[in-house]
Amino acid sequence: MLLLAIDTSTTAITVGLHDGTSVVAEETTLDARAHAEHLAPGISAALRAAGAAPGDVTDVVVGIGPGPFTGLRVGIVTGRTFAFALGLPVRGLTSLDALAHEAWTDGHRGDLLVATDARRKEVYAAAYALGDDGAARASAPAVARAADLPPELRALPCAGRGPSLYPEALPHAAGPLDVSGGALADLAVRRLPRDTGDTPATGLQWVDPGHGFDGLEPLYLRRPDAAPAPPSKKSTLG
Amino acid sequence: MSDEPLVLGIETSCDETGVGIVRGQTLLVDTVASSVDEHARFGGVVPEVASRAHLEAMIPTIERACRDAGVQLRDLDAISVTSGPGLAGALLVGVASAKALALALGKPLYGVNHLASHVAVDIVEHGPLPEPTMAMLVSGGHSSLLLVPDVTNDVRSLGSTMDDAAGEAFDKVARVLGLPFPGGPHVDRAARDGNRIAIDFPRGLTTGRDMERHRFDFSFSGLKTAVARWVETRHRAGESVPVADVAASFQEAVVDVLTRKALLACKEHDVDHLLIGGGVAANSRLRALAEERCAKAGVTLRVPRPGLCTDNGAMVAALGAQMVSKGREPSDLGLPTDSSMPVTLVQA
Repeated sequence: MLLLAIDTSTTAITVGLHDGTSVVAEETTLDARAHAEHLAPGISAALRAAGAAPGDVTDVVVGIGPGPFTGLRVGIVTGRTFAFALGLPVRGLTSLDALAHEAWTDGHRGDLLVATDARRKEVYAAAYALGDDGAARASAPAVARAADLPPELRALPCAGRGPSLYPEALPHAAGPLDVSGGALADLAVRRLPRDTGDTPATGLQWVDPGHGFDGLEPLYLRRPDAAPAPPSKKSTLG
Repeated sequence: MSDEPLVLGIETSCDETGVGIVRGQTLLVDTVASSVDEHARFGGVVPEVASRAHLEAMIPTIERACRDAGVQLRDLDAISVTSGPGLAGALLVGVASAKALALALGKPLYGVNHLASHVAVDIVEHGPLPEPTMAMLVSGGHSSLLLVPDVTNDVRSLGSTMDDAAGEAFDKVARVLGLPFPGGPHVDRAARDGNRIAIDFPRGLTTGRDMERHRFDFSFSGLKTAVARWVETRHRAGESVPVADVAASFQEAVVDVLTRKALLACKEHDVDHLLIGGGVAANSRLRALAEERCAKAGVTLRVPRPGLCTDNGAMVAALGAQMVSKGREPSDLGLPTDSSMPVTLVQA
């Protein structure tokens, strides 16, 4: 197998390739403002580094966030389209899970908060329990001001950029800052045996969530900023 | 098999997710998913709403285009995509998808200009473009007068709007008149029963000094305000507003200026073909007046059918096919989007 993992939910535009045994290539660029520029060249470079061609890929996994919308969509549409073009199954994973998983593979055990930059003075956050079997999500991903998170969560060691952005609210920095494609790929490979969906998606039809994966819809967690137009009146001209 | 290039084009610069497939100068399919209904209650296109809709519609639209055209992705010769100008977040969805297609399939990628695509689409409708062609693009986002010696690499801007785009003026006036969004078709319909000389609304940038300094530029902001003031005055006097007459008179002011300047540009640049594109080109009065004035001036008028005037993927595929045919170099996979891409830059 050759699993391609893509995530654009954090500052990292990151790609990982996993052959079922180990991560064989990873390409990461840190640039919060140019996800679309770096992602396709990153996939291309990772394939080159692995000595593989696009046609060798057997599975695609994308981080579905939560993350800043514009960048997040770049990764999801890239994964969906790549898979569709080659008729491959494509699955989604919550991006915060990949951060918790990387902390776990680095040896972290116990409770962990993951808090990433949601902009607008907020973080995307979820709590995890890291045991011998892996990182289990203990709270649903949410968006909030760091200082408004429950005190027992804020007291935990915290991965992601939350602690560097809001050191007073999140004083215990620990673990990775951004999602890594390699960690996402590794997490996906570990969850694949639990994926009992009979007919994998081929870019058109997403893999059924609930088999260790999270579906392919982006986790926006916020509504678009827009108010319905005021009723037609003389003063509506700008 | 034909030697002509088979190109799939993707357009996501505003609220339409468009995928078109063209072989050379022949349109095979034009598939559009629009999020316009989702924007209606906001009175205009909301960028984040548009971007979300593009993500949802992207794969189903590509899939449907291929199925309807009977085309396998692996048979394509190239992918083309609008890389600007347009809404930044919306453009990104199409560009990222196009790159993934190009990378997965090992096909060349062409990032092209939305406005040049509006010109190129008429190749699949009415055949090769005379060189040069005069092109007037009028939509909700743009109002430009272009001299086009070669749509693949030489597009010159003669003028553009100084403020509102023509289609934007239609939307805003529609709102003043209590007509729904998008305003263009509703104003057009209301105007059919109206008197277009009932109210003498101003013609922007058409007098003395303006014609020296802004010969081929447009301005619709003053007109929009004039309509609003006129309507307000009626309201204040407790009188009813003759919607049809206001719509017809406003529309006449817009299309009068557009056609007058377009034909002046043809005359001064010695060009005998005028192409009108963009969503406002669907306006029935613009078509009628342009036909009348072109006939009088001995200029051949080309207007694509309405479905190809509004944003669509076929136009991007049409320009991509021209790029391939003329041997232009493909774009890099690092291709950026450019929300304010200048009209003179055909390819990114």
